[in-house]
Amino acid sequence: MLRYEDWTDPVPAAEREVVSLTEDARTDRPPLLFVPGLGHGAWAFAETWLPRAAARGFAAHALTPRPDGDLRAQVHDVVQVAASLPRQAVLVGQGAGALVVAYAMGRYPVRAAVLAAPVMDGWPTLGAALRANPFGTLPALFGGRLRLNRRQLFGPEMPAEDAQRFLERIVARPRRELVTHDPAPRPVGDPPVLVVGSPDDRVVPRTSLDRTATRYGSAPLLFPGMGHELMLDVTWADPIEAIVDWLEKELES
Amino acid sequence: MPDTPDIADRHDAVCVIGAGASGLAAIKNLREAGFEVDCYERETSVGGAWNWRHDRSPVYAGTHLITSRPLTEFPDFPMPDTWPDYPDHKMVLSYLERYSAHFGLESDVWFGTEVVSVAPTGDGRWNVTTQSTGGGSSRVQRYAGVVVANGHNWSAARPEIPGDFRGQVIHSAQYKDPAQLRNRKVLVIGGGNTGCDIAVEAAQQATMVWHSTRRGYWYAPKYVFGRPADQVNARRIPLRLRQWLYRKAVGFTAGDLTRYGVPAPDHQPYESHPTVNSQLPYYLGHGRITAVPDVTEFDGGSVVLADGRRIEPDLVITATGYRPRFEFLAPELLDTAEDGRPDLHLHAFARKHPTLAVVGLVQADFGLFPLAHWQSVAVARWLRLRVTDPERATAVQQKESTRPVASWSKRRVVPTERHWFEVDHGDYLRAVEGLLREMETAA
Ligand SMILES: Cc1cc2nc3c(=O)[nH]c(=O)nc-3n(C[C@H](O)[C@H](O)[C@H](O)COP(=O)(O)OP(=O)(O)OC[C@H]3O[C@@H](n4cnc5c(N)ncnc54)[C@H](O)[C@@H]3O)c2cc1C
Ligand SMILES: NC(=O)c1ccc[n+]([C@@H]2O[C@H](COP(=O)([O-])OP(=O)(O)OC[C@H]3O[C@@H](n4cnc5c(N)ncnc54)[C@H](OP(=O)(O)O)[C@@H]3O)[C@@H](O)[C@H]2O)c1
Repeated sequence: MLRYEDWTDPVPAAEREVVSLTEDARTDRPPLLFVPGLGHGAWAFAETWLPRAAARGFAAHALTPRPDGDLRAQVHDVVQVAASLPRQAVLVGQGAGALVVAYAMGRYPVRAAVLAAPVMDGWPTLGAALRANPFGTLPALFGGRLRLNRRQLFGPEMPAEDAQRFLERIVARPRRELVTHDPAPRPVGDPPVLVVGSPDDRVVPRTSLDRTATRYGSAPLLFPGMGHELMLDVTWADPIEAIVDWLEKELES
Repeated sequence: MPDTPDIADRHDAVCVIGAGASGLAAIKNLREAGFEVDCYERETSVGGAWNWRHDRSPVYAGTHLITSRPLTEFPDFPMPDTWPDYPDHKMVLSYLERYSAHFGLESDVWFGTEVVSVAPTGDGRWNVTTQSTGGGSSRVQRYAGVVVANGHNWSAARPEIPGDFRGQVIHSAQYKDPAQLRNRKVLVIGGGNTGCDIAVEAAQQATMVWHSTRRGYWYAPKYVFGRPADQVNARRIPLRLRQWLYRKAVGFTAGDLTRYGVPAPDHQPYESHPTVNSQLPYYLGHGRITAVPDVTEFDGGSVVLADGRRIEPDLVITATGYRPRFEFLAPELLDTAEDGRPDLHLHAFARKHPTLAVVGLVQADFGLFPLAHWQSVAVARWLRLRVTDPERATAVQQKESTRPVASWSKRRVVPTERHWFEVDHGDYLRAVEGLLREMETAA
């Protein structure tokens, strides 16, 4: 309630890249805002989940995080874009983007939210990264770039050259707060929240996924065989169809 | 009271009176707590005071926020961060319209409908009588709760000045456009934000400007150290330190105004509602505004001042503020004293009627919207607790509603009517937070 930091030192405005698909949107449906994770931009949704959600009648938007923004700035940007939409928005965050969404839910009453492969617990995630990819992870602990590898992010079906193409676009420089942050605040307005993930995700351990789902009062919806990159992996269509199904049901009730 | 067939029972629904900033926040937060809501608004659109098309709107063409954007926006619906620090009244209205559209609030608002009576049924529920603004037949509906959000800046408080005056006297509520001042000799009475704004506009338009105040004030600048002044001051520090900062801010900018004949303040900063105006000292310094003491009498073509001087304006604008008015409620329901001052817990909860609350009846060194937001969150949870755990609700209510104002509002203020509802935003929000926490452990 007492937000001294926001009153005395508000986050400065920054240019925000938002990719939008709104032509087929039905007026009775809330807009969707996709929030990408570490090192990703709106591009990560632009060819897969964004058009699929749009095809099912939702106005779909994806935001690119501001360069070098800390968690506070990223949350600020998500809430700014959500509040700029004509109707109460549904937030969909993937990876560390889910953490941003979880924080944003404490600031803005979302219509609903989806946390996909959510990187919510810092230490277990770091542990998993060190196990799966020690040499790519270690430099990042000292301020360097995080080098992710194919096995870490994608399922075994993913063709090598597609994976390579995506890996080249991911420029991840994690901040310490990704590990040390406080637990996310309680969502305002008591919205429905869906947690989706994969038991074969090598970034988010299964226990962490379950913990996040329990926190939001449900069990995770699982897509076995997929990697962490639910919106880019070969079977990317399955999770988004399931998300939209869930959303349609929630909107009816 | 037996049920009469012409009373429509709305069961657990809650009635909200007014669709200004406070009423809109009430609708949204009551809905989030699971209530059905019917809101009645006498005008045909949302925005209340900020909608200058409304006949009771007190805003004038030059109105800008005096509280900067981050301290004014709703805590769960920010204004665009590309907006200026101090948006004007049209932007504020468009913000409220977007808030309303974003959360689909208008579907619960009955426009052009005035609430003319709210009467208790004796069992905690309320008979609400409404009438369409153009006249027409009235209608009675029964609600489980009533949230009053009718605003307190529309009923003009006019000073009683003895004698007759040959020129024109208007209250600031009738001041809309600087053209009203052009080429006239203008006396502005009142050192609140309205009085100072109009004095400045008069300095730009009129041939002669007198500014009468019955005491001195700490006129705050809009900017210090390159930042909106309220952002510099909204820190988690003791009041004394904030008063010191405020004095410093005034000292560094306009300085001591007694050199222009303005009386020295007879109180500390924050002990009167902050007047924020960087241009008033500027125009005093340029001789475009002449500071004068209180007005004691009208005498034909002249106005007599407390120091015996006489001046001859042709237009007098009394910017002497507004008073709350609740014509649709019997005074005892809000424990309203003879002088019109209601006595409510946290300036919001009726002490003897747990299902009656007022939102927006506060004033602070801070924007009203965040305060109205948290008030309505507390009201919604309070009403919800009565449904989910009536026993606990009664216990909380008994404990809370007997607390005297001094237990949560410790600020000393100049004892004039306009400071009835003056609070320190930090103390106030902490008190509301305390209530929310108490209800939570109860749940
Ligand atoms: C000139 C001026 C400048 C201001 N500047 C600031 C500022 O910078 N920052 C700030 O935070 N605050 C400012 N304020 C305070 C301002 O009053 C609040 O910001 C805010 O508008 C109050 O909202 P409200 O909903 O409580 O009341 P209002 O906006 O007055 O809304 C009340 C609504 O209730 C309706 N209503 C009343 N009675 C009935 C009835 N019986 N039946 C049905 N409907 C009814 C009215 O038509 C109106 O729409 C300013 C006020 C003035 C006068
Ligand atoms: N955003 C903006 O730009 C803006 C502009 C205008 C108003 N507002 C807000 O709107 C609200 C109302 O402001 P306001 O300025 O219209 O009214 P106000 O704050 O009530 O100020 C009234 C002024 O008139 C004086 N006064 C009252 N009765 C008097 C009398 N009988 N004789 C002589 N002087 C008398 C008061 O003196 P005392 O100090 O002795 O009481 C005070 O200086 C406030 O919350 C204000 O902040 C904001």
